[in-house]
Amino acid sequence: MLFTGCGQVAEEVTGQESHPHEEGVSADHGHADEAAGDSHEDMSLAEHAQNLAQFAIGPNGEYETNDFDALEFLTTWNFNNLAEDERAKFYKETALDDGTLLREYWFNVEEVTIEVAPGVYYPAWSYNGQVPGPTIRATEGDTIKIHFKNNASKPHTVHFHGYHSSSQDGTGGEEEDKIMLPGESRDYEFKAEPFGSHVYHCHSYPVSQHIAKGLYGAYIVDPKVDTRPKADKEFVMVMNGFDTDFDGANDFYAVNTRAFAYNYQPIHVKKGELVRIQLSNMLEFDPINSFHLHANFFDEYPTGTKLDPENFTDTITMGQGERSILDIRFREEGMYMFHSHVSELAELGWTGMFMVE
Amino acid sequence: MFKNMFQNAKFRLILAFLLPVVFIAALVWFFVQKGTFGVLEGNFPPVEKIFFERVVFEPEKITLGVLNDGPESVKISQLIVNDVVWRFKMEPSNELKPLERAKINLYYPWVEGDPLAFKLVSANGVAFEKEVDVSFLSPVLDSKYIKTFVLLGLYVGVIPVLLGLLWFPFLRRLRGGAYMFLLSLTVGLLVFLGFDALAEAIELIGEVPSTFNGVGLLVIGFLLAIFALGVVTYKTQHIGESKGEHVKSLLWAYLIAFGIGLHNLGEGLAIGSAYAIGEATLGATLVIGFMAHNLTEGIAIVSPLTKTLLGRSKIVMHLLVMGILAGAPTIIGSLIGGFAYSPILAILFLAIGVGAIFDVSFDILHYMYRKNEKGLFTPVNVLGFLAGLMIMYGTGFLVLG
Repeated sequence: MLFTGCGQVAEEVTGQESHPHEEGVSADHGHADEAAGDSHEDMSLAEHAQNLAQFAIGPNGEYETNDFDALEFLTTWNFNNLAEDERAKFYKETALDDGTLLREYWFNVEEVTIEVAPGVYYPAWSYNGQVPGPTIRATEGDTIKIHFKNNASKPHTVHFHGYHSSSQDGTGGEEEDKIMLPGESRDYEFKAEPFGSHVYHCHSYPVSQHIAKGLYGAYIVDPKVDTRPKADKEFVMVMNGFDTDFDGANDFYAVNTRAFAYNYQPIHVKKGELVRIQLSNMLEFDPINSFHLHANFFDEYPTGTKLDPENFTDTITMGQGERSILDIRFREEGMYMFHSHVSELAELGWTGMFMVE
Repeated sequence: MFKNMFQNAKFRLILAFLLPVVFIAALVWFFVQKGTFGVLEGNFPPVEKIFFERVVFEPEKITLGVLNDGPESVKISQLIVNDVVWRFKMEPSNELKPLERAKINLYYPWVEGDPLAFKLVSANGVAFEKEVDVSFLSPVLDSKYIKTFVLLGLYVGVIPVLLGLLWFPFLRRLRGGAYMFLLSLTVGLLVFLGFDALAEAIELIGEVPSTFNGVGLLVIGFLLAIFALGVVTYKTQHIGESKGEHVKSLLWAYLIAFGIGLHNLGEGLAIGSAYAIGEATLGATLVIGFMAHNLTEGIAIVSPLTKTLLGRSKIVMHLLVMGILAGAPTIIGSLIGGFAYSPILAILFLAIGVGAIFDVSFDILHYMYRKNEKGLFTPVNVLGFLAGLMIMYGTGFLVLG
């Protein structure tokens, strides 16, 4: 078929200077011309090429709302995007005697409608009105305290990956670990360990539904002693998808909720600087997801739980709930695509661009 | 005073009719203005429906014809083709009110012969899907195409029916039991055709947007034909009595030709649309099959005519007219089917055809019963009836569409 490489796709989607896919179009045109027979001889090759270039692959129109800022989400953790007084409503740090921090978070489960593709709305279940939920970031040994309130109409919890007591599991398994009914609230408390790139999600039942509806987020624990090279920029990326017609299969895919978001707004980085990606896969329904970067390679720290990279590659494959840390140094200026190398997911929204300056 | 009373009674009659109308109008007005007192007002999930009417393939370009056959407005936000988000332009607008139509244009490097799956996603995330089994360049209305379908209609409709009529001289020499055999054979042929068309119409019900109620169309078409022909029979009863049986048999022949014509219209619609959407190749086998199949239709038409007293030249003229009446609709059907195929029209035409065919079959059976008071199910009649069914079934194998 025509679009063999996703690089071509990106040119189209970003609406940047768009070049017709000369090779592809002319190759395919030869075929179409045969099919056309006598009556379509007047259709010129240039016309076809132009039409395909203008109206080919990609989403239609622009995002209609500002309910989620995909660029801001990349670098937001512990509500650091909010002004001081606003932030205090959701996050509080207290220094403890042993030199660690007590980090308190206020989580409200809310039902919101979010825009998951331009003009396509999804009735989501969310932590604090956003999908993915707020990113939590702590240093190994800190104490995490979640003040959890269920403001929605179904029973919910929050279940963190990482070490914790069974009473703080958020699965309803223990007497003191009850699932929170609408209007109820409780606290979850545990130490932030082990270091790594983790996730949290609702563990009310059916779990698949509570995750698919949007109740998940990133939970990053930095090592106390970090021997890795220092990152110049860090980005949080949560791979997800939305089953907008509720038929048990995703209709749109994305990294950070909005399909094609980083095609509309490429991620700006500098040549040579160390870009660290805290990547997690919270996709439901599809067992496999992946991350592929064009024209560059990256060091991979699987689950982020070791300080030496275990892999140097340009493509990783992840199952549901898996995480990884990726360290990238872009070698040249230019536009570089990244997307799931499960190509079907890429062409349904899980695709984006790095703009290297 | 008498006059006054009459006027009063009339006034009451009108009042008795108008009062409920006024109350119903008031209630409707009230509901529209004030709502339904909480009934049916709830947080229901959106009931959105989109019906795909047509998929037109041009070189590197596809047009989807869609209809909103649901009760609510639908806004189409995204299009997904074979699991890829694809750009499109929707005319006149992305927002479709109930019963509004739109065209969705997209440039797409489709490959001939490949299947394609289209999925429209509404603002509420509802997906509407349409699958095309075989991508195929849609025919363009030009002289070549019209010629193709006119010839096709001639081959499978007009010519075989006229050929069937050529048995007329042979058939008119039959007497007594042989004639009864011929009539029951005709009934067999007709009943088979009737069920065939009925099955086709029932199959089409699923293709009609639900608001247009395919079953309703079927029932209306079917009964319309029976009632219309019933009235014709009733009005022409005295003609048969005063002018003799041969006039009645002429009428029968015309009714059979008319019914078969409608059946062939439906057949033409099916051939034309199948060809237009690339589901049928018009090979020689198909044409020959239809010819053999439709020859029998000619026999069905002439059977009742064997009793006519008309002169040779008049007979020939009538036969020609009947042949065209029965066969030409294939041409019209295939042209309509090719360019403006509508399952709604197809069901209606087929249902009328079924009604006409069954009505005529019943008339012939009724006539046969009156000829032989002892009973209809004589061995000769039953054999003739079965032979009719078997001929239709057998020649059906030749249509390897």
